[in-house]
This record gives sequence, structure tokens and C-alpha cells, in this order.
Amino acid sequence: MSVVLETIGLARQFGALRVAQDICFRLEAGARHALIGPNGAGKTTFVNLLSGRLAPSAGRILLNGADVTGLPQAERVKRGLGRTFQINALFKGLSVLENVSLATAEHAGLGGKMFRRIGGRRDTIDQAFGLLERLGIADVAMRRVKELPYGQQRLVEIAIALALQPSVLLLDEPAAGVPSAESRLILDVIAQLPSAVAVLIIEHDMELVFRFAERITVLVQGAVLVEGTPAEITADARVREVYLGERHA
Amino acid sequence: MAVDSPVAQLIRAHRLRPIELLPWVVAAAAYFLASGYLPLGSQIMIMILFALSLDLVLGYAGIVTLGQAAFFGVGAYAAGIYSVHVSGEPLSGLIVGAAAAAIVGVVSGAIILRTSGLTLLMLTLAITSLLEAAANDATAITGGNDGLQGVAINPVLGLFDFDLYGRTAYLYCLAVLFIAWLFVRRLVHSPFGQSLVGIRENAVRMHAIGTPVRHRLLTAYTISAALAGVAGALLTQTTQFVGLTVLSFERSGEIVIMLVLGGTGRIYGAFLGAAIYMIAQDQLAEADPVFWDFWIGLLLVLIVLFARGGILGLMDRLLSMVPRRR
Amino acid sequence: MEAIVSILFLGLAYAMILYLISVGLSVTMGLMRFINLAHGVFAMAGGYITVTLMNRCGVSFGVALLVACVGVALLSIVLERCLYARLYGAGELEQVLFTIGLVFMAVAVVRKIWGPLPQPITVPPVLNGQINLGFRSFPTYRTFLIAVGLVLTLALWLGIERTNFGARLRAAVDNRRMAESLGINTGQLFTLSFALGSGLAALGGGLGADILAIDPGYAMEYLVYFLMVVAVGGLGSIRGPFVAALLLGIGDTACKYLVPQLGAFFIYLAMIALLLWRPAGLFGRS
Repeated sequence: MSVVLETIGLARQFGALRVAQDICFRLEAGARHALIGPNGAGKTTFVNLLSGRLAPSAGRILLNGADVTGLPQAERVKRGLGRTFQINALFKGLSVLENVSLATAEHAGLGGKMFRRIGGRRDTIDQAFGLLERLGIADVAMRRVKELPYGQQRLVEIAIALALQPSVLLLDEPAAGVPSAESRLILDVIAQLPSAVAVLIIEHDMELVFRFAERITVLVQGAVLVEGTPAEITADARVREVYLGERHA
Repeated sequence: MAVDSPVAQLIRAHRLRPIELLPWVVAAAAYFLASGYLPLGSQIMIMILFALSLDLVLGYAGIVTLGQAAFFGVGAYAAGIYSVHVSGEPLSGLIVGAAAAAIVGVVSGAIILRTSGLTLLMLTLAITSLLEAAANDATAITGGNDGLQGVAINPVLGLFDFDLYGRTAYLYCLAVLFIAWLFVRRLVHSPFGQSLVGIRENAVRMHAIGTPVRHRLLTAYTISAALAGVAGALLTQTTQFVGLTVLSFERSGEIVIMLVLGGTGRIYGAFLGAAIYMIAQDQLAEADPVFWDFWIGLLLVLIVLFARGGILGLMDRLLSMVPRRR
Repeated sequence: MEAIVSILFLGLAYAMILYLISVGLSVTMGLMRFINLAHGVFAMAGGYITVTLMNRCGVSFGVALLVACVGVALLSIVLERCLYARLYGAGELEQVLFTIGLVFMAVAVVRKIWGPLPQPITVPPVLNGQINLGFRSFPTYRTFLIAVGLVLTLALWLGIERTNFGARLRAAVDNRRMAESLGINTGQLFTLSFALGSGLAALGGGLGADILAIDPGYAMEYLVYFLMVVAVGGLGSIRGPFVAALLLGIGDTACKYLVPQLGAFFIYLAMIALLLWRPAGLFGRS
């Protein structure tokens, strides 16, 4: 299997605080990979480093074999990297359809076009609407995002990431704080993602993790504790200690 | 696909609506019915153009700037100096004004758009003050404190002389404003314009969908500067004079007030705000300038406290209270 | 050599005034993240009250300054509680517009009552003339300004470092939510520091009437300078504006003496360069 996303010795510190320590990580094509760890372990920081929102203090990031460490976020997105945010980052004043259309238009390379009418490329808007239908929020397409309940806002968040048709998708606690109706929907959508897409999901919900993940990485205090299949992880004493405070015999 | 589907609705929202032709009807009517006020009319249209330039950068892109006068002033001086030393031909003068302002816009934008918040605001103020100081000092080129003398403008297209009643000036400004409006309207209702709104609403998200945010902002800033430069050039050409006030903080402040009064991010806020402000100023300020400053100050405070969307915002609120028939 | 000493001296006096006026603005903007473009109004009010009390009521210089300082501080409390408090969460543009509106109103009122011309300031006789500091003579009033400025600055710094109030203020500027969760009443803290800053500004306005002329345009004209001192010094910092005020005060004086044709131009250029080099200010946090 080919490796689509890789980090080599990735590190980041804020003064004396090390939020990422020498992380060597590999994501394979079509992977279903989960990133778990206690609160404050640096999981979101890691995703921020991968997406380019945060610059590393040391180490390299390779996307499809190419070194993207110095590239800005927008460049990495163009190369197929997509992400969702743990806290919704939406265009609150705009309608749901407009939110997702911005993403489809940008993905189609239209974002910079000044002299096209918005109606001129109807296909990008249709595409956006299609995504809304898939996520079950087509009926609120014209409503402003700020008027929607949290669960539906979360669905918009995911729709925007999907609109970019990424080959590598980073999901930061997609179902956190979401009522059960919407979270089931979210999980279904994740389960139905094309097999070609490599998915890294940060999650706290262990049930979801074990249902979804083929590989799991455990992050503790910014460093990789262990990585392996779900079975290996459950059996690992160190993981039990970190999560349950058990001492190994 | 049903006519009322969300996709159709979204597309329809960007189409030209009949009411958008109202300003032009009013402008045409004014030409015939208010022929004594044509010079004021020209000034109003110049301010509308200036306010439109600000709306692009402040209303749509969300860049809070108190330095728009920098571009207005550069355009004004460039057109004036051009007419004194090169040629009095007005259309090329407009292009010179736009180009000069655009250059200042792209250079200053490239430098300062990396910053945000107070730092950015300060830098816009400082750049305007810098240019004002430069214009004050370069007396040989700009006429310094006394202003540029000897500006003489040839007839438009070689045919229409600038007459004493301001008829030519009015139609000239009207034509330029119309073209600018077409341009801005197309820009704002394009994917580019939408992306500016996205940047304003959530720049972080825009980065995460692959938008080259700095590049978009710089483009918007430069275009806005060019438009402000055209407005400045028009002022020079219609008044045959340019003085230091075109680069003052008061100028920047005034145009922000006009735009906010009408409503930001709406295009027509620029039309409404500039027109109302200029007409009110004409009627009230002459009598008692102190009174004018006080009421403008009070108006600003009241707008911020109760009517953030300006007049158009208030109208929206009123309309939403009227029960709709469907 | 003579010229350099003169420039440094006069520049230092100017810097003291700028600092006294601007330090309150730095705290306001650092603590409440509120862009208050109307801060110059407090300095202007201090100047007008001082001058009016001295000229029309025959009050002595010291008493007039005290009344101006306390009066403006009290007035600012009313202003803060009634108006400013409503806009703390508002966006940048709103704060800018609101405070500019206040400036317009204040300027109009001042112009109506006192007229458009600068107010004549009569320095008390004891502070007039020259004073011999050993190696050469300097204008007494400027020397007085530097002395008073340094004393007040020192008192302010000691107060911020050593008192309970100062400690709470520093905590709140550093991390407001954390401070609140520790039980610090940040609302009250802000009102008090707002009053302190405004009082100092009024004092600076009254003391500096000789350098920054008291006329209705005061609040608008010198606004750029106060903002530059704060922006270059670093929002929320107490020391940063001191350094920035020194740079601006001495630099501006030097330019006016050495290259009068281009004076202001260089200052703006220098300030722009400084802000680009350190966008968060010399002592600010990014």
C-alpha cells in the first residue's frame, strides 16, 4: 500500500511547552486510521500541523511523497488535503448552500474569477446541493447557518470538507457534542466515504473508534505512545494505564 | 428543476433586479428637474464612487481601514499634475489617476495586509498621513499648502466643453459612475466577490478550503484603490483644483461615515449614504458647521448602538415586519 | 553638540507628555480589546479645564491640574458605565465608528463653548525662564515637565508592580478569562483603570498645554500620535509606550530641528517601519 501522508520527526514547541515531540506517522491510501489520546495530548495540534495552520519547529511532512512542510494551508488543500475543525468554522451569516458552494467553487478553481456570474457555473452549486442532500440537510439549504442547531451545523462543517473531494481527510472529533440523530448520520457518511480516500479521525468515543478504525495511533503529551491494530491497542498495557490508570503487573 | 429550488433561488439572488435601476432613473431625472443643482450632483456622484471603492474593501472584504483617502488623494494629485504638465485630456487623466492610486494600493497592500486589527488600522492612518506630509512638502510638484494651480481640462472626447452650469461635468461623472457601477456589481456577484465575503465571515475557513486569502485581499485592495483614484481624479477635473484636504484623515473618516450611514456590503449603501450625507451637508453645514459636526457625531453613535446596518439595514428590518403574501 | 542636548531635552519633555496621555489608552486597549479613538478627548478636556480654571477663575496651576485630573477621571467613569460598556463585544468597525462619533461631538461642543482659537496658557511665574542645571541652562518649564513626568511614571510602575490592584490588572491584561475564574472582578477593574488612564491623560493634557496646543482640533490632530505610541509600544504594556513615546518625542523634535522641510514625513515612515517589523508592538504579545 502506498503512503499518502507521512510525518518525519515532526515537533512543535511553545517556549518550554512541547506540544508535539518527534512524531513519525504514516497514513496509507484508503486508510481508516484513528488518533486517540487523553485530553491535551496534542491531537488537534497534530492536525493543525498536518493541515498547515501551525508551522512545525522541526521535522517534515510529506503529502503523496512531496514535501509540503513549507507550504501554506491553501496549497495543501489544492493537493488533496481536507479537514474539519473541532469547533465549527463556518460562515455563520451565510446560508447553508452558500457555505458549501464557496467550497465547491474554490475546488473547481473558480474562486478567483471576477467576471463570471455566480449563475454562470451552475454545476458547482448543484454539486453543493447534492452534498446537502446526501447529508440530509437539503431542507435547510436557504437558512442561515447561525439559525441552525449545533448538530446540523456540524453536518455543514463536514459537507464543506467533503466538497473539496480530498484524497486525505482529517476529521477532528466530527461527532462530538452532536445529538444522536445527527451523529448517526455523520457516522454513516464517514462509513460511506470512498475507499480511495485516506481518513484520519480524532475521536474520544471508543465505540466509534473500534467500529471504524483499521489502525489506531495513541498520542500522549505530544508523543506517539503506540500504534497498531485495534486488537493490539486494546491488549497494550501502556494504553490501559494511560486511560484507566491501571498499573501493569 | 423547480423554479423555487434552493439552487435557483441562490442564482436568482445575484441577478439584476429592476429596483437596482432606480439610482439611474433618479440621476437622469435630476439632470432635467434640478438643473440648478448639477454641481452638487456631480460631487455626490464622485462621493458615491469613492464610497463604492470603500465598500469593496470594507463592506465586502471586511478590511477596516481609515486610509482610503490615500488613494483618493493620489488619484486627485496624479490627474492634476498630469493635466498641468502633460495634457488636459480628461479620459487619459482618469486612467493616470487610477493607475497611480493602484500602484500605491498594491505596494501598501502588499506590505500592510499581513497585519490586522489595530496595527492594520494604524498603518492605514500612517500611510495617509505620510502621503499628506509628502504632498505638503513637495511644494514644487503639488503646490504644497496652497494647492495645485493651473489645472485646465480639455473638452471630453474633444466635443463637450466643461460649462459653467456643470452640465458636462454632471454627465461626465454620471457616465464614469455608471461604468464603475457595472464593474463593481459584476465583481461583487462573481465567485471572487463571494470569496471576499467568505474571507470576511471566516478567514480561517477560507484558508482551509484552499483559498489564497492574501492574494484575494490584495487584489480587492488594489481594485478598490484604483476606483478611489478615479473618484479623486474626477474631483480634480470637475473642480479644476486639488488641495491637501484630499489626503486628510477627515476625508477618510467622512467616506467611512457615508458608507456606514447607507449600509456596508450592499453596493447601494454607498449610493444612499453618500447622497443623503452630501445633500444634508449642503443644506445644514453652511449655516452652522459646528452644529453639523455634533449631529454627525451623534448620528454615528446612534447608528452603532441601534442601526448597525445603516439605512438599508433599517429598511430591511421594516420590510421584514411587513407580513408577506405568498 | 549644543543642538543635540537641546533636542534630547525638549524631546524628553515632549515624550513625557505623550506617555502620560497614552499609557491609559494602552491599558484600555490591552485589557478590554477596545479601540478607543476618543482617548484624546480626555487629554483635551484636561487641558481646557486647567486653562479655564487658571485664566477665568484665578486658580493656581497645581490646583487646576488636580481638579482637571480628578474631574475628567470621574467623568470617564460615567462615560464608561453608560456608553462604552455596551460595546465591549462589538466588532472593530463598530468601536472605531462609535468613538469617532464621540470625538466629533466633543470637538463640536468645545468649539461652541471656547471658540476655534488655541487657549492662551500662562505658566506660573516660578516655572518661567531658565534653570541652571550645572553644565548649562534649560527652560524651567520643560525641566519641570521631565521631573514630574519621571516621578509620575515611576509611581505608576511601582503601583503596577507592587500593589494588589496592579497585580490584578496585570493578570487581567494577560488572560482575562483566567483572571475572572480566579474571582477577579474584571468589570470593576476595568472601570478603575479606565478612570486612572483618563485622569493621567487629563493631567498630560493640562501639563502639556505648552507643547500640544489646546484647541478644538486637539482630539483629532494628535490622535495619530497617541495611537502610534500605543501601537508601537504594544497593547496592554506599561513600559512599551514609554519607549515608544521616547522614540516619537525625541525623533519628532529632532526632525523638526534638523530637517524642518520633511519633519513629519520621517516620523510616519519610521513608525510604519517599526510596526511592520514588530506588528504587536515593541513590548506587545502577538
